[in-house]
Amino acid sequence: MKYKILFFFFFISFAVAAKQIVVCQSCTVKTIKEAIKMAKDGDEILIKKGVYKEQDIVIDKPISLIGEKGAVIDGNNVGGILIFQTNNFKIKGLKIINVGLSYTIEYAAIKVIKANNFVIEDCIMENVFFGILIEKSKKGIIRNNKISSNRKNEASSGNGIHIWSGEEMKIYNNVMFGLRDGIYFEFVKNSIAHHNLSYNNIRYGLHFMFSNNNEYHHNEFRNNGAGVAVMFSKFTTMHHNKFRLNWGSASYGLLLKEIYDAEIHDNLFEQNTIGINAEGSTRINYKNNTFLRNGWAVKIAGACYSNIFTHNDFMNNSLDLAYNSNINDNKFDNNYWSEYTGYDLDKDGIGDVPYRPVKLFSYIVNKTPEALILLRSLFVDIINFSEKVSPVFTPDDLMDNNPLMKRIND
Amino acid sequence: MLKILKYSFYDLMRSRWSYVYFLFYLILGFVLLFLNNDVDKAVITLMNIIIVLTPLIGTIFGVMYYYNSREFTELLLAQPINRSKIFMGQYLGISISLTLSLVLGLGIPFVLYGLFKSAAIFNFSLLLLVGAFLNFIFVALSYNIALSTENKIKGFGYAILMWLFLAVIYDGIFLISLVVFNSYPLDKFSLAATMFNPIDLSRILILLKLDISALLGYTGAVFRKFFGTNFGMLISMGVLVLWVVLPVLRMNLKLRKKDF
Amino acid sequence: MIEFKNLHKRFGKLVVLDGLDLDISKGGIFAILGPNGSGKTTLIKCLLGMVIPNKGDIIFEKKSVLRQWAYRDNLNYLPQIANFPPNLTVIELINMVKNLRPKTANSEELIELFGLKSFLDKKLGNLSGGTKQKVNIVLAFMFDSDLIVLDEPTNGLDPIALIQLKKMIQKEKDKGKTILITTHIMSFVDEVADEIVFLLDGKIYFKGTIDALKKQTNNDNLEHAIANLIAKQYA
Repeated sequence: MKYKILFFFFFISFAVAAKQIVVCQSCTVKTIKEAIKMAKDGDEILIKKGVYKEQDIVIDKPISLIGEKGAVIDGNNVGGILIFQTNNFKIKGLKIINVGLSYTIEYAAIKVIKANNFVIEDCIMENVFFGILIEKSKKGIIRNNKISSNRKNEASSGNGIHIWSGEEMKIYNNVMFGLRDGIYFEFVKNSIAHHNLSYNNIRYGLHFMFSNNNEYHHNEFRNNGAGVAVMFSKFTTMHHNKFRLNWGSASYGLLLKEIYDAEIHDNLFEQNTIGINAEGSTRINYKNNTFLRNGWAVKIAGACYSNIFTHNDFMNNSLDLAYNSNINDNKFDNNYWSEYTGYDLDKDGIGDVPYRPVKLFSYIVNKTPEALILLRSLFVDIINFSEKVSPVFTPDDLMDNNPLMKRIND
Repeated sequence: MLKILKYSFYDLMRSRWSYVYFLFYLILGFVLLFLNNDVDKAVITLMNIIIVLTPLIGTIFGVMYYYNSREFTELLLAQPINRSKIFMGQYLGISISLTLSLVLGLGIPFVLYGLFKSAAIFNFSLLLLVGAFLNFIFVALSYNIALSTENKIKGFGYAILMWLFLAVIYDGIFLISLVVFNSYPLDKFSLAATMFNPIDLSRILILLKLDISALLGYTGAVFRKFFGTNFGMLISMGVLVLWVVLPVLRMNLKLRKKDF
Repeated sequence: MIEFKNLHKRFGKLVVLDGLDLDISKGGIFAILGPNGSGKTTLIKCLLGMVIPNKGDIIFEKKSVLRQWAYRDNLNYLPQIANFPPNLTVIELINMVKNLRPKTANSEELIELFGLKSFLDKKLGNLSGGTKQKVNIVLAFMFDSDLIVLDEPTNGLDPIALIQLKKMIQKEKDKGKTILITTHIMSFVDEVADEIVFLLDGKIYFKGTIDALKKQTNNDNLEHAIANLIAKQYA
């Protein structure tokens, strides 16, 4: 309490003293660096329309950096542009372009080091290496930004929003494309990402590494190497996201690797080569998700235990489920499978015969990928049928005992 | 030739079997669309049916028409008309009437369902196009068999065997060889093997639209090029055209030496 | 008018025509006879271009017919088995054949003659064998051509139709046409034919008038004369 009151007065005193410094080509203050030098804690720097060719602008006091419409900071492809090393700052409305490329230093349009309570909003970052790079910070809000680049391979590209060691971050309404990862979390806790759009990125739309207790929802991931990768993380909640059109030989809507205790619900996986690829994933609840026209809706690659799939819609996927072993410790119940051909005589909405989501063909394709070319051939239907009647290669306890007759999310 | 075509066409259009065939597709279309309400699923089910059934029906109609109209063909042969025109006329007559049964039978329910507003229109048209190709190919193949086989029962048997081979057995051998030679790079082989079977080829054409997400999971560079661009579509279409042209050419060659 | 020159035809190992030479002059009725398998039908089919000879040539009106088709415009053919597309009606078939040939046709007269008027709108599949044969005859006779080839024309005809057919053949002959007939019914041959061409083992065994044949075999009955011919060969 004591601290809070102190903090309050601290803030008030800023507000009283705060002044505005205007930067423009015809003003007395012509560069941003100059303005920062002049600024006191709590001041606001207003950057007028114009192109400012500056790099390595270090901001080490709690000020606001506001850009007028048309204000552009051009880094000339040399190095990093803005570096914040302070708490309580705000940056808004700037356009920041041409960050330098380096294979050793992580140059960023906006770099934030050891900061608390900050806001980055309404900025446009183009042709960046890294967009926003945050290290060891807390309580940041990153919203309404647009970050893009046009990189061609992983080595020469950086991430859109990269957080290394952070807590309580809120990232929303941002758009990211043409980067390595749209958003990257490493050692991030209790943070949330929502309503972001991440597309055409080389690696992942959103990437978690060693990050626990995070949540992301209502985001859209489209046309990335993989939509979202969640690795070595615990207690991640993922809901109401759209994973679409992630196509390629190693492309997934959602890649799960060594993760525990996650909730995945109400998501849409549409036309991905693999909807969800799970490896070493344990205690995960999949509920109310829609898998629409994916190559494989779900691929269970190994060491996945106690996962529960209920009330999901599996709609017109080339293959519903691929399993690379014939041991099963996961549960499928009450899902809708468009491939299901059973009947419902007692009209309770649940099919009277169980559905086996793993086909013999999907087992063969796992062993011999080229065999995929025979998908939907009459011969394949025949061998699938015989396997269905007496399972030899596929786990015989792997079935949905209560397949639904109608779609859930129609 | 057009006159022969016209009469073969009229004759078939009035045959009970054309109606049965037409009604089958009509009912199938209605059932799939109005009981299911899912155009995507309807297109997938239709693909499974079209790929197996159109070749079978084309084969059966082809041999049946040939053997049943043998005497009438003799009458035509005594008229001042070129031989190949008579047979091309009959061939086109059968193929077109079968194609018409297919296109109208499926087209009517889909149009009534409001297909033109649906995004599936392209997939559906492709399906009909492939179905039409299969009709033309299998009528030509079965005519070849019939022309080379005097005995009606034998000819019928060979034709059915051909269908069985291309529709099922070929894929079985194909799959087994893929599994056996697992350790070799197989992508070129797989694509080549597909080209030698019109049913597989048509299936791939439709897969390119319906299951492109899965197909792009391939790692092979050849596959990548084939599936990832319009290249695959163009090649497949071209080879399908060849599958019509070559049997028709063989038919004409055979006709030059054939005794009736 | 027609010249068969050194005609050879084999079906597999079976030799059907073995260096056959035959001249048929314009005008008159020629009966082509011979035991089963002697090559009658093959000969006719060679002429029609339905069977392609292994060797030799056929000249029709001074031109070779091999691999040609336009010459058939001056030729009418009555096939042995009348089998038509079952779903066409009689009138449609007649119109179709008319449509296929550039010549004008006198179908109405023949339809009247054979009493086919009430059948015109029936489907061919529903007709009896005899009625089909009548349709067949209409198709063969409705064009005005210099050569008429009849393969077993009497098949399934009732006596009245048979009389009509004979009359018609006579009428065509009187117009100066050439008519080739194959048949097994000797009384029919005796009645209508001017000359007999007798085939055996793929060659012409006898060619001449009926009278000449009777004289040669010392037999007054045609049927016996023919039997005599064959018996001689087998002896």
